[in-house]
Amino acid sequence: MNKARHNPLNSGLAHLALLTYTAIALFPVAVILINSFKTRKAIFGAPLALPDAQSFSLIGYQTVMKQGDFFLYFQNSMIVTVVSLGLILLFGAMAAFALSEYRFRGNTLMGLYLALGIMIPIRIGTVAILQMMVATGLVNTLAALILVYTAQGLPLAVFILSEFMRQVSDDLKNAGRIDGMSEYAIFFRLVLPLVRPAMATVAVFNMIPIWNDLWFPLILAPSEATKTLTLGSQVFIGQFVTDWNAVLSALSLAILPVLVLYVIFSRQLIRGITSGAVK
Amino acid sequence: MTALSLERISKSFGPVEVLKDIDLEVSEGEFVVFVGPSGCGKSTLLRVIAGLEDATSGRVRIGGRDVTATPPAKRGIAMVFQSYALYPHLDVRGNMTLGLKQAGEAKATIDERVAVAARMLSLEGYLERRPAELSGGQRQRVAIGRAIVRKPELFLFDEPLSNLDAALRMATRVEIARLHRELGASMIYVTHDQTEAMTLADRIVVLRDGRVEQVGSPMDLYNDPDNQFVAGFLGAPSMNFLPSAALGLPGAVTGIRPEQMSISGDGPVAGTVTHVERLGGDTNLLVATGMPAPGDTLTVRLFGQHAHEVGETVRLGFARDGAYAFDSEGRRLR
Ligand SMILES: Nc1ncnc2c1ncn2[C@@H]1O[C@H](COP(=O)(O)OP(=O)(O)O)[C@@H](O)[C@H]1O
Ligand SMILES: [Mg+2]
Repeated sequence: MNKARHNPLNSGLAHLALLTYTAIALFPVAVILINSFKTRKAIFGAPLALPDAQSFSLIGYQTVMKQGDFFLYFQNSMIVTVVSLGLILLFGAMAAFALSEYRFRGNTLMGLYLALGIMIPIRIGTVAILQMMVATGLVNTLAALILVYTAQGLPLAVFILSEFMRQVSDDLKNAGRIDGMSEYAIFFRLVLPLVRPAMATVAVFNMIPIWNDLWFPLILAPSEATKTLTLGSQVFIGQFVTDWNAVLSALSLAILPVLVLYVIFSRQLIRGITSGAVK
Repeated sequence: MTALSLERISKSFGPVEVLKDIDLEVSEGEFVVFVGPSGCGKSTLLRVIAGLEDATSGRVRIGGRDVTATPPAKRGIAMVFQSYALYPHLDVRGNMTLGLKQAGEAKATIDERVAVAARMLSLEGYLERRPAELSGGQRQRVAIGRAIVRKPELFLFDEPLSNLDAALRMATRVEIARLHRELGASMIYVTHDQTEAMTLADRIVVLRDGRVEQVGSPMDLYNDPDNQFVAGFLGAPSMNFLPSAALGLPGAVTGIRPEQMSISGDGPVAGTVTHVERLGGDTNLLVATGMPAPGDTLTVRLFGQHAHEVGETVRLGFARDGAYAFDSEGRRLR
C-alpha cells in the first residue's frame, strides 16, 4: 500500500476535492428533481427550497402521464438506445479486432477512414440521410434512428477498441490458435472479455448522446408512434408558455433509465480498472 | 526419423527480411535450442514452425508430414510462451484441457492426461485455481502442463524462463531437462541466454540476423566455433578478441577465452587491472590494454581466489593452442 494514501491530510484533501466535484455535478440534477415535485409558484419563488407540505405537488407528473403516450416514448428511447449500443459494440469490436489483429493491404488506410468519422459530425449529412431514409421508406421508423446512431458511434468505438485490442497479448491469441480455437472463438472468448473495460467506456460515451438526441428523432422519426422521450418532452416547451412542472417531471423521468444503464456499465468499468485492465 | 525438417525457410515482413534461407533437421527425441541475440528472428522461426506465421517461402515438415499449409492445431505441436499466455478466465484444469476438448477427445482420456501432467509438475493441489491466483513459477508449470497433455510430436518453447527470477530459472531449467528425458519427446527451445542453451541442448542452432551461423552440440560450438560471432556468443564471460598483428599471430583477429589467459611475468600483453569480480570459486579480472578495440579491455578468468587489486599493472599470457584465428570478415581460419 502506498504511504501517501494513508496520510490523513492528503486523503482528506482528495475527498474534499472529489466531494466538491460531486456536488457541482449533482447540483442541476438535484434542482430538477426537487422542483419537479413543487407547484409552479414554488418553483419560481424559491427554486432551491425542498418541497414542503404547502409547495408539494405532483401536477407535473400528472400532466406528463395525461399528455401523449409517455410509456411509448420511453420504450422507443429504450429500444433505440439499447439496440444502437449493442450494434456499435458488436460491429465496433469486430472491426477493431480485424484492424488490430490481421495484416492486410489497406489496413492503415481503413483505420484512418474509420477514424475520420470522429472528426466529421454526422449531422452535416442530415439532408442526405433524410433523402436516403425517404428513398428506403425508413422515415418514421425506429430502424432509421438505430442505423444513424450506429453509424455515428462506430468511428470512436473502432478507434478506442482497436487501441485496447492491440494491447491484448499476441501469445494469448496464439495459444488459442494452437489449442484449435477458431478466430471467432478467439474474438468472443479470449479478446472480448479482456477489453470489457473499453467496451464499457464506449457504451457510456455513446449512451448519453443517443438518449438525449433531439435532432434525428425530430427529423427522421417525429411520428407519434416513434417519438423518443426527448422529443416527446418538447410538447411542454412552447414558444410563449412553457409548462415547467411538466418539463421538469419529464426530465426527472428521463434520467432514471440512463441511470440504470450507467450503473450496469460503470460496474464493469470499475471492475475492469481495479482488476488490472488488460493483461 | 526426423521430427522436424525446414527447407529453405524465408520470411519477410514487408521489405524487411527477418529469416533468410533456413535449413534444419531435428531428429526424433532431440532437444534443439535456437540461440541468438534479441531480434535475430528466433521467435519468428518458432512461429513459422508452429504455423502461427506463414513463411514467405520454403517448406515445413513435422514427423515426415508436409504441414506448410496446415493450421497450428493440426500440426502435432504444442507451444509454451514467454508470457505464459494462460487463459485468464479458466482455471488450471480448464487451461490444460481446452485444446483436448477442441480436438474432441473423450472425457476419460482428458482426465487421465491432466492427472498425469499435474503429477509430473506438482500441480495437483491447484487444478481449480485461476491463473491470477498462482505464482509465476506455477503459471509457467501450468503452461508446460498445457503443452504436455496434448501429447505433441514436437514441443516448442519460446524463452519460457525469462520471466522467472534467477533461482526459479535454474530449478525450472532442471525440470525441463527432466521432462525431456521422461517424455522422450522432440523439443525446440528458443532463448537468448547462452547458459540455457549450453545446459539444455543436445544441439544448438546459433542464429544471427535471420541466418543460421552454426549448428552443433554445445561442446562442438564451444571448442570449435566457425566464426567470431559464435565464438563470442557462447561462453561466459565471453571470448576476448585481440588484433592478431599485435601478437604476431596469423589472421586479423585472435580470440582467446578468458580461462585460457593467465597472469604471467613474461606474457606478451601488458595492462592495468580496472575491475575485479570475486565469485569465490573463480576470480574475473578486467584488464585495460593499450591496444585498439576490441582488444582494449580483456577479461581474465582465474580459478580460485586471488589477491589482485584495481590499478595493478599485470602482464597477460595465454596458451598458443587456446587461441582462435579469425579473418577480417570474422570467419575462422583453421
Ligand atoms: N509482426 C511483425 N511485423 C513486423 N516485424 C516483425 C514482426 N514480428 C517480428 N518482427 C521483426 O522481426 C525481427 C525478429 O523478431 P523476433 O523473431 O521476435 O526476434 P527474437 O525472438 O529473436 O528476439 C525483429 O526485428 C522484429 O522487429
Ligand atoms: Mg523472441
